[in-house]
Amino acid sequence: MSKFVAFTSLGRRALPNQFDLIALVLILGAFAAAVSVGHDVTQKISAPQATAITLDYWALPYYALRTTLRMFVAILASLFFTLTYATLAAKSNRAEKILIPILDVLQSVPVLGFLSFTVTFFLGLFPGSILGAECAAIFAIFTSQAWNMAFSFYQSLRTVPGDLIEVSRGFQLSPWQRFWQLEAPFAMPGLIWNMMMSMSGGWFFVVASEAISVGDNTINLPGIGSYLSVAISQKNAGAVFAAVIAVLAVILLYDQLIFRPLVAFSTRFRVELLASGQQERSWVMATFKRTRWLRPIQKGFAKAFDRFALMRLELPGRSARPEPLSPGANRVIDILFYSSVGLLAAYSFWHIVLFVSHDLSWHELLLTIGLTSLTLLRVVFLIALATLIWVPVGVWIGIRPRIAEKIQPLAQFLAAFPANVIFPVVVVLIIHFSLNPDFWLSFLIILGTQWYILFNVIAGAQAFPSDLREAARSFNVGGWDWWRKVMLPGIFPYYVTGALTASGGSWNAAIVAEYVKWGDDTVSARGIGSYIAIATKDGNFPKIVLGVAVMSVFVIVFNRCFWRPLFAIGEKRLRLS
Amino acid sequence: MLQEREKPLLEVNDVSQRYRTGSGEEGPPVLDHVSLKLTSGEIVGLLGRSGCGKSTLLRIVAGLSSPAEGTVTYDGQPVSGPVDGLAMVFQSFALFPWLSVLANVEIGLRARKVPEAEARKRALAAIDLIGLDGFESAFPKELSGGMRQRVGFARALVINPKILLMDEPFSALDVLTAETLRSDLLDLWVEGRMPIKSILMVTHNIEEAVLMCDRIIVLSSNPGRIAAEIKVTLQHPRNRLDPEFRQLVDKIYALMTKRAVEAAPRDGAFPGLGLGMALPQLSTNTIAGMIEEIHAPPYNGRASLPDLADSLTMEIDDLFPVAETLQLLRFAEIADGRISLTAAGTKFADLETDARKKLFGDHLLAYIPLAARIKMVLDERPTHSARATRFLEELEDFMSGDYADRTLRSVVNWGRYGELFAYDESSETLSLENPG
Repeated sequence: MSKFVAFTSLGRRALPNQFDLIALVLILGAFAAAVSVGHDVTQKISAPQATAITLDYWALPYYALRTTLRMFVAILASLFFTLTYATLAAKSNRAEKILIPILDVLQSVPVLGFLSFTVTFFLGLFPGSILGAECAAIFAIFTSQAWNMAFSFYQSLRTVPGDLIEVSRGFQLSPWQRFWQLEAPFAMPGLIWNMMMSMSGGWFFVVASEAISVGDNTINLPGIGSYLSVAISQKNAGAVFAAVIAVLAVILLYDQLIFRPLVAFSTRFRVELLASGQQERSWVMATFKRTRWLRPIQKGFAKAFDRFALMRLELPGRSARPEPLSPGANRVIDILFYSSVGLLAAYSFWHIVLFVSHDLSWHELLLTIGLTSLTLLRVVFLIALATLIWVPVGVWIGIRPRIAEKIQPLAQFLAAFPANVIFPVVVVLIIHFSLNPDFWLSFLIILGTQWYILFNVIAGAQAFPSDLREAARSFNVGGWDWWRKVMLPGIFPYYVTGALTASGGSWNAAIVAEYVKWGDDTVSARGIGSYIAIATKDGNFPKIVLGVAVMSVFVIVFNRCFWRPLFAIGEKRLRLS
Repeated sequence: MLQEREKPLLEVNDVSQRYRTGSGEEGPPVLDHVSLKLTSGEIVGLLGRSGCGKSTLLRIVAGLSSPAEGTVTYDGQPVSGPVDGLAMVFQSFALFPWLSVLANVEIGLRARKVPEAEARKRALAAIDLIGLDGFESAFPKELSGGMRQRVGFARALVINPKILLMDEPFSALDVLTAETLRSDLLDLWVEGRMPIKSILMVTHNIEEAVLMCDRIIVLSSNPGRIAAEIKVTLQHPRNRLDPEFRQLVDKIYALMTKRAVEAAPRDGAFPGLGLGMALPQLSTNTIAGMIEEIHAPPYNGRASLPDLADSLTMEIDDLFPVAETLQLLRFAEIADGRISLTAAGTKFADLETDARKKLFGDHLLAYIPLAARIKMVLDERPTHSARATRFLEELEDFMSGDYADRTLRSVVNWGRYGELFAYDESSETLSLENPG
């Protein structure tokens, strides 16, 4: 079956051409990278070269490679998690009731806050080996990527067209076959888009999680993040600059080599009646399509995948349609299921209370609530500020297709850039001008996340129907009226999506942004972010748990009471379709 | 010619099925004790209007859903899930957009572990048979609707089914494409070039049923019952202009409209009485337009439904609800496949917009119990407003959630047109105040 390859192969010579060469280099490069790193990660942590970071510029490509590979391992883990967790949630009503709220909460928990826990856990799991620290870093990236992927996949599985399900049942596809032939392909465009967004967001976390110090343990995993961290502690401005350049280069390569080809590939799986006018293009994809020597390799993979997807994998003794359970039996299973879930939850809660209350007082709780309110104030203020700036700019760009075409990739690129890389610069400025950190550090929170607002607004303005704009012009709707009655309602759903993402990212950024170092100089702002950061530095686990818990509650409440209703309004009343 | 007492290929015995109401409980029946037989060599049509349960019946036969009561046997074996000898063609084509034509056709075989080489051979043969040569590597979105449905046929035929099930396979196609595909399929059938023994098709198009079927089973709506069974003995290829063909079409029209009137004499043509009346979703423009069409020449107030369907290019699923709504509102009468305007209908056609709205509102209050009920509640309440969900819940005692929703929507829209009450979409509130 021609599932992945449907390229014309007629009438061309069998000699290799330049496209073969480029593609071959790409593939060999990937192999070489995998092999060289595979050797290093198994080194003992005590081996001197394992954790010593050199600030030599020529070491940067290797560090960049290590960082990138960490990203890929994490994304594979996220993919595996998505395919299992989301599928279970979509297929089982009972599991759904538990799994989806868990996912919802996980999405709101500031990942960086838990870094210290995962590090301790994984170091304990692989004592003495650097693998533990690797796992911890990868896990941190994983937690920043997996949830929205799982959500997207779950939502797709719930909306598979009914007639296609009937076809797969009518032609007696086994559940395994149905998953790979129908459900997974149907979910592909959404999943790939979310995967790519996750990857973009992941750079922030990889930089933050490579160099970790928990109490007395300081670990520097070879990578750009550690390089940067060492450069900062040594006040080496040249090295910081080099790291920024390296990150830029890596993200650019990732965008061109992975992101664009995958998005172009995923258009195949869109369920649409007509070939859409908008074609996603990618030169890498085009290269692969034009190569001759690589085609058999691709075909081999496609064939292997087909084999895998067409296995029936039926459990022996299970009939095609299991007899529905009697209502009584169903109720018994329900009771058992929910009571065990309830017990488990009660037990965990008890454990957390025990853990936290041992060292902490009510006073501490009040303190964290106060600090979180401060951070909330920052987030709200900055999102509002970013909105005031970027909505008009985004609209201005979006309704000018020529400019939008150039700016849109740049905005997505900036969203992927880990803003924490340039935090130290701000410290230097604050110290130099003796500024108030409580105010000026705040801006770091939005530094990396404001671009989500920008590129979503651009997308909204681009999608705004031109006949509506023309109608507005022909009725002489202008000025404030034009914004209030024409454009703002039109871009609203897009804006909310962007602002929601930006707000989520800002909470995470607060943990890094409210406590910043440059050499021995430390600048910190009052807020829950710095509270967690300081607790992490001191290795005070109960405080970390308390801080993260209070912050998570705030985030969840904020999302439910503010963003969700806005989202609902956008979906229900203002969707232009 | 095929009247020998053969053992039936497929038997449907006393099958009933029920709706699920909004609250998830079992509601009114969709299918009420339906029995039928399918023997070798015949094309049988299930003809009925939307909501008569014909698609539900087809899905039960296909093993895609199980009946609340009754059994289906295929080849002497009870059907309790999809079986090998049946294959289905879908109204929406239902092709996998990410698979090429060839892969779409092969999927049924590959899923059953038919070796790759054999699957390829059989798929190519089916593609060839159905006239898709040269499109093997195309993707569905590159194809026109007609070509896509050909893929649907090839995909069904490739697994060598004994019975082909078709769920309104031509209704998503334009008139010309549908006609070509019908005659291509009939040619293959008459020449015996398909492996199938029998075809069971669902349709709401009377002419299509007369053109293709050897036997037409007419289903009545709400609940779906077998209202009549009509044998068609015309030779293939059948000619739509043949007087015998026309007679048969007129007869079925008369039959289907007669049934509707008999089912609920004088209290309205729709099943259920009073509040429990399920109403179709129709815009007031359509209603007014239909009155004008019948009022104007050449009909001058009295039209035969088949002619009206022809001249407006409406199928019965579009035409009947309008006609019956007119009858319900006492703007028209239906009898023997003819519709004629009442005095009120003629008056409506002659009036200006505002007067029309007034007249429409009056008739709405007088003849649609739900409209009267809403008005009464709003009048009684001191606030003169009420949540729409209140009425929706009331309706759901009588019908499934979808129908209740549709019915309420219709009455709200009609009431707004007749200026009986106002409705605020964002708060889902009905009120007496008229904006402005």
